[in-house]
Amino acid sequence: MNSSSADKMEISFWVNGERRTVRVYPMERLLDVLRRELGLTGTKEGCGEGECGACSVFMDDSLVLSCLIPVAQAEGAQLLTIEGASAEQRLRTLQETFLECGGAQCGICTPGMILAAGHLLAKNPMPTAEEIREGLAGNLCRCTGYLQIFEAVAEAARRATRL
Amino acid sequence: MQDKLQENESLRAPTIVGSAQPRKEGRDKVCGRSQYVDDLRFPHMLYGATVRSQISRGKIAQVNFSPDFPWSEFVVVSAKDIPGQNSIPLIDNEQPCLADGRVNHAEEPILLIAHSDRHRLDHALRSVSIEYEELPAVFTIEESERQTQVIWGETNVFKSYLIEKGDVDEIWQHADYIVEGEYSTRAQEQLYIETQGIIAAYDPAQGITIWGSLQCPYYVHKALMHVCNLPADKVRVIQMETGGAFGGKEDYPSMIAAHTALLAMKSRRPVKIVYDRLEDMAATTKRHPSRTRHRTALSKEGKILGGEIEFVIDGGAYATLSSVVLSRGTIHAGGPYYWPSVRIAAKAVATNVPPHGAFRGFGAPQSLFALERHMDRIAQALHLSPAEIRRRNFLKPGQTTVTGQTIEEPIELETLLDRALALSEYESKQRRYADQNKDSRHAQGIGIAAFLHGAGFTGSGERYLSSLVAVEGCPDGGVRILVSSTEFGQGTNTVLCQIAAETLGLAYEDLTIARPDTSEVPNSGPTVASRTVMVVGKLVASAAEGLKQTLINAALLKPGYSRQDFRAACQRFLAERGPLRSIAQYQQPEGIHWDDQSYRGAAYAAFGWAVYVADVDVDRTTYSVSINDFVALQEVGRVLHPVLARGQILGGVAQGIGFALYEKVEWRNGRMANSQMTNYIVPTSADVPPIRVYFEELGNAHGAFGAKGIGELPMDGPAPAIVNAVVNALGVPFDSVPLLPENIFEALERAASNRWLRSSESR
Repeated sequence: MNSSSADKMEISFWVNGERRTVRVYPMERLLDVLRRELGLTGTKEGCGEGECGACSVFMDDSLVLSCLIPVAQAEGAQLLTIEGASAEQRLRTLQETFLECGGAQCGICTPGMILAAGHLLAKNPMPTAEEIREGLAGNLCRCTGYLQIFEAVAEAARRATRL
Repeated sequence: MQDKLQENESLRAPTIVGSAQPRKEGRDKVCGRSQYVDDLRFPHMLYGATVRSQISRGKIAQVNFSPDFPWSEFVVVSAKDIPGQNSIPLIDNEQPCLADGRVNHAEEPILLIAHSDRHRLDHALRSVSIEYEELPAVFTIEESERQTQVIWGETNVFKSYLIEKGDVDEIWQHADYIVEGEYSTRAQEQLYIETQGIIAAYDPAQGITIWGSLQCPYYVHKALMHVCNLPADKVRVIQMETGGAFGGKEDYPSMIAAHTALLAMKSRRPVKIVYDRLEDMAATTKRHPSRTRHRTALSKEGKILGGEIEFVIDGGAYATLSSVVLSRGTIHAGGPYYWPSVRIAAKAVATNVPPHGAFRGFGAPQSLFALERHMDRIAQALHLSPAEIRRRNFLKPGQTTVTGQTIEEPIELETLLDRALALSEYESKQRRYADQNKDSRHAQGIGIAAFLHGAGFTGSGERYLSSLVAVEGCPDGGVRILVSSTEFGQGTNTVLCQIAAETLGLAYEDLTIARPDTSEVPNSGPTVASRTVMVVGKLVASAAEGLKQTLINAALLKPGYSRQDFRAACQRFLAERGPLRSIAQYQQPEGIHWDDQSYRGAAYAAFGWAVYVADVDVDRTTYSVSINDFVALQEVGRVLHPVLARGQILGGVAQGIGFALYEKVEWRNGRMANSQMTNYIVPTSADVPPIRVYFEELGNAHGAFGAKGIGELPMDGPAPAIVNAVVNALGVPFDSVPLLPENIFEALERAASNRWLRSSESR
């Protein structure tokens, strides 16, 4: 296992606006460190190989798959997980529209999906239906058939432009 | 009961039932606060792993533990450590908890290992080697039928059914047409995004406690009593938030729970087993592969005179749920049509692959795929349109199904069909595509599937279950529902609270639902078979009505009460008289009779009915199929929550699209070779078409507020509708799913070479 191939070291980063320092193996997955060391269990593991997007988090404004990121790579980074979403206007709106439109069923893909949708809207505040479909194609959902997720994203975009 | 509800409804139109109330646990889900089993950690917890067979069939000659590995730091459990029975009880007790001496499939658990550092488990797994005396294995329905290897009983058959209606042997001589066809479907993985997982803790005084991702708390409860040799009150099962299930968490959680419990009992420490994706896909259950043969007699008017249907499913290495999957598939094999006579011979056979299990639809998607493809084949043979052949043969109220059940619901399938045809512009598209397809790279086509799905357990199942629910008054004056029915995305929590709030005349916010915990909730049965809203919902309404009557009888509440009056009455009752609790138990409705021996009678209390239409585009250069439009029209009784109901249909259709066009389990010597999301392809957001969902609402006397089951129905129709559309586009028959580009390529090449041969001959 990668994690035991080196000694533990101190790694510092910001998570949801707070500076955190952890003592971990540098090659541990960011996903495991968030969940185990920081108790941020809203970030989920679906496949462990970068296919499903359930472990998506923001790292310096990029959407990354935390199951593929060695924690050492997060040194000094600004991370945002679902637990910090309510502090961001765009993500807070998405949380509401996901609730209203039926965008969350079992909920396991929801944290990653909301962050992916937030990333999409940050780049493209008024996406077309096709752009939403393409923009979320890295995040698998097995419950909803996606349409109510698209509707939640489109509704969040509408609300943002009304503000 | 129903009269009382209707009386209430006439006084005050329902406002909570039928409206889009916020999902009860929704806010926790969108905020990432919901607790799934892998989010829990306990002090001193160990992580467990499973040593599985490496061969598909054989005897275990010897288990070798590498001598230079520090085994003393690990907890190891084998079959010898099982204090109770070495089997997972379900319908029979035939599947071992841990293999003892022999293995029957290549993912069979043999040993369990636990350690506090999960990263050290891989090394431990590699430090065990097992020597086998390998035996020849069977991997397909055909190999199993040939019985060259007998791997189960005397004939490799787990279960068989024979349904006979009328005298089918007599009809062939009167037939104007006889149409035959053979159809097949393959295994399909549920692919819930949360893999399976359980935590077990053991204490000699308290017994075993389980926290898990699961559908059926009382199935797990029963399994642990049996494996761990513990009395009922020494086993406690708690369902954590569950990240998708679709049937895949019906039976296998009992296996994982037993494994974690054995490790916890031996180590006296909490033990967590959470499968990674590879292990989950390879070792847990999938949809049963199937083969269906049809031989149908028709009159020149296009009426079905009768037919023979042979339906076979591959059960895998142990019987598990196969008999009930087979039963549902068999009863649905005649679809929504009137068969004056029919003989359905069905069997589930054994193979040396991991046991197949429950997956949304439970046998019906398999036999209905066959039937709905066959209806199109009949249409072609009779030179009728696919819509017309269905129209002429639809079941009508007063007629009987294949099991002799009289249709008492006022369903008009012709009206449903007409509406679906109009919504999908079926006829104009069919004409237009026929013209356009001749000289286009893109062949377009449109296909129909008409189908039904029985809600609730089959036959006498609900009577045997005798489900029990409770509602109780809370200290804050609100009401709490206690059921073992689980939420895994479908909306159990929300809809049951709506039903109780409506019945009690309270606000939706006044209702809460207990986390399913067998130490607290009664057994309302398993959360399967599209039964929760219809059967459990009706019991919740009944229990809520009882609670209200208790307060009225105690003179604490008067009819016409307000929400505040109720609150006060509830609190006063608790202060003056103690616990306020009302229970309700299932009673079979009058006039529902089923004979398990002859397989005759009322198979289901209600059916959902549907007509789906798929409009597809096949690229003749890449052989890929895309869906332009999809119309899903169904009658599921009263829709209790418009957003959740639509979500059930959308999700089911998407899984049906996967079943039809993408999802192929590749088997290599009895094990899944593509047990990764990278190469087992499910629909992504870029693959789903616009899916247009419509409901007819006729109501239903047996369900809460007129609701019927909804969850499984949408899985049945997409595959045949889509494949019928592809056949319509290309003019080449396809009779198996999944239908992949390579299958289309081969069929078109074959058709082209046949055409060339024919034209050469004619020259």
